[in-house]
Amino acid sequence: MTRHQKEIIIKNVFFILSLVSILILGLIVVFLFREGLPLFREVSLRDFIFGMEWYPTYSPPSYGIWPLIVGSLIVTILSSLIAVPLGVLAAVYISEIAPPAIKEVLKAIIELLAGLPSVVLGFFGMVIIAPWLQETFDLPTGLNIVNASVILAIMAVPTISSISEDALYAVPNEFKEASYALGATKFETITRIIIPSALSGISTAVILGMARAIGETMVVLMVAGGAAALPESIFDSVRPMPASIAAEMGEAPFRSGHYHALFATGIVLFLMTLAFNLIADYISQKFKEVGSATL
Amino acid sequence: MENNHFDTEIIKTKNVNFYYGPFKALTDISMNFEKRKVTALIGPSGCGKSTLLRLLNRMNDLIAGARVEGEVLFEGMNIYDPEVDPVEVRRRVGMVFQKPNPFPKSIFNNITYGPRLTGTANKLDLEALAEISLKQAVLWDEVKDILGRSAMTLSGGQQQRLCIARALAMKPDILLMDEPTSALDPISTAKIEELIDELKKTYTIIIVTHNMQQAARISDKTGFFYIGKLIEYNATEKIFTNPDVKQTEDYITGRFG
Amino acid sequence: MTGQTVSGNMKRRYLKQHLFFGAVRLSAIILTLALGGILFYILANGIQVISWEFLTAPPTDSMTKGGIMPAILGTLYLTIGAITVALPLGVVAAIYLTEYAKQGKIVRAIRVGVNCLAGVPSVVFGLFGLGFFVVFLKFGSSILAGALTLGILILPTIIGAAEEALKGVPQTFREASLALGVSKWLTIWKIVLPNALPGILTGSILGIGRAAGETAPIMFTAAAFFTAKLPGSIFDEVMALPYHVYVLATAGTHIEETRPIQYGTVLVLVVLVLGIDLIAIVIRSYMRRNKRW
Repeated sequence: MTRHQKEIIIKNVFFILSLVSILILGLIVVFLFREGLPLFREVSLRDFIFGMEWYPTYSPPSYGIWPLIVGSLIVTILSSLIAVPLGVLAAVYISEIAPPAIKEVLKAIIELLAGLPSVVLGFFGMVIIAPWLQETFDLPTGLNIVNASVILAIMAVPTISSISEDALYAVPNEFKEASYALGATKFETITRIIIPSALSGISTAVILGMARAIGETMVVLMVAGGAAALPESIFDSVRPMPASIAAEMGEAPFRSGHYHALFATGIVLFLMTLAFNLIADYISQKFKEVGSATL
Repeated sequence: MENNHFDTEIIKTKNVNFYYGPFKALTDISMNFEKRKVTALIGPSGCGKSTLLRLLNRMNDLIAGARVEGEVLFEGMNIYDPEVDPVEVRRRVGMVFQKPNPFPKSIFNNITYGPRLTGTANKLDLEALAEISLKQAVLWDEVKDILGRSAMTLSGGQQQRLCIARALAMKPDILLMDEPTSALDPISTAKIEELIDELKKTYTIIIVTHNMQQAARISDKTGFFYIGKLIEYNATEKIFTNPDVKQTEDYITGRFG
Repeated sequence: MTGQTVSGNMKRRYLKQHLFFGAVRLSAIILTLALGGILFYILANGIQVISWEFLTAPPTDSMTKGGIMPAILGTLYLTIGAITVALPLGVVAAIYLTEYAKQGKIVRAIRVGVNCLAGVPSVVFGLFGLGFFVVFLKFGSSILAGALTLGILILPTIIGAAEEALKGVPQTFREASLALGVSKWLTIWKIVLPNALPGILTGSILGIGRAAGETAPIMFTAAAFFTAKLPGSIFDEVMALPYHVYVLATAGTHIEETRPIQYGTVLVLVVLVLGIDLIAIVIRSYMRRNKRW
């Protein structure tokens, strides 16, 4: 075997192995559908998505996941309302304002926040935040939308702030210099030049942060309360999709309707996060092509 | 403070030393810049000429570890006095950079960025200001119909004139130009040189240039820098025909640098 | 140079700046307090539970007493298995993407694939692991199925870190080697990879931390509520720290009674995971400071 042939073989082997990610993504789709689609022999897609009642163990069972979808969306939106300002402002602080030493420390803090296992955060929500909420607001339970949203926000902030920080960092120095040279203050330069220039990167960050929140399991499993009904206030319990899957899979008889319904819920969840990720990818790709001023 | 009609100098440096961390980039620079004249700063790369330029509107403040000694007097006031706000200094001392750096905004919003910050909010005022500034920068005829288009779509030469117009819209007293044509083609360069000739009727211009012919063509006075020192500062004609210092002559005639 | 009207305007502009900077600093403080508060709380409640016995003994009395040794061991097995799967695959993919691939549709597709994989919810990985490894490949709920599931979960992290590290190796190193007539693969093997190693290492450590802390992917693929014996083969179920926390805190009949054990387990898990992360952070900042090029 010549050296040239060997090189070609190495290259091709590497190429095939680098396709593994796509292969896995494909397999995820195949196996979610394989285990999830049989549900639709019993229920129509419409009744599944928009059905108001999730009673998978009743006889006859009903598999409507609309309350679960709404639960997922509500905790995601509410957690974003907390996490987006917090994450973006922290990114601005790190990339534009903080002195170098504080910057390093804060970056480490955010990285450690990202590293906290979700089950630990869920546990914290259960034993600390829940009793506090219950007492302070005189609620039947502290395991509710607010609790889940606060904890999810803590999980989403690192994603939002680290990607935003990269985007802010990538804003060409020339823009900043031009702004300062025109007599702008630091605040004006940040809000009128730097943030708008980094906006697509920040949008990507926000979307990925939301994707993180909507897909997070342990937190909503432990602190969202688990009520599979449409909530009427932010102090109500909900049962977001991941919580339902994680909580019930253990008890669902193998390849029963319930088992298939949980996989089908997984499909919905997967498609939602996939959409989030594709949108984020599209925005960041578009952003890359614009770049800085060139001659 | 506007009544200095006997005095032709507008800004001067007094015994200025400048450091980037431990590195001394400028040594004991004392220079007077005259009103409504073009002063060129020349010298080989790294001689400190751009550093000096950026001292005059405190742009060097933005560099971590930078330190200034001595005074820079703008209309008699030391702009490095702790009481002085660099933002105010930059409003009155405009700057054009080596590489055209329009904001990724529309042409109109580029021009009106500065005036809006200082409180001009009226749309008609802003439009009038944009027109005047663009006319001064001889760009009006080319862009008057596309003011809403992104500045990034302009050619390099147009972008640079836009940056000049953007600086002029602040109605500065002094215009600093840091090698404003080094990234441009010869035709755009010629346009900018003509423009400088026109602008000096109203503004004081201090320009850093690598191009000695350019300095000879457009400036009234020229300062030659070498390794952080001002070697010679004289009328341009004298510098280029009969300099006082041998080092200047060597540089002008291309024996080094 | 400060006229009356100008200075009024400046005052307003600086006031806005002060308010904004205040908000920005506040956000940094909130994040610091969040981390500090959580860690302090866990430490304060968990430390009194930790003892040699707690770390080395199995649970007793229906898990209301005894230690958590099987869970520590299980997490160790799963994590080692996961990194064994993900590291070679991830590094090879990163080498292909940075060193071999020409920018085009396929590379773009691979990148989108990696990004999407990174975004798949952990519970969906769990479902996939159940459908594919446990059921289809008949591994059953086992260390093997759990480790493979965690392995593909951290694959994107490893690819991203390895790519970053490979890109950080200066192009001149490659050119110098290639110009001496060294083949591409040997150049990668002898020059590029050794220089990228610290970066790859950091990424792998972060991946390990991630794998050690995940719960949802192992719930249906590997984790057991309680095992009487330690696992004998990779086809056995195991206990795992995150799952142990979850079941004790939610599913048991002795939730209040086992609270100390929960705190202790949480503390062990946090020390393990954040300790791993901290090692990576320290290595990285050391590398940055001592960069030779």
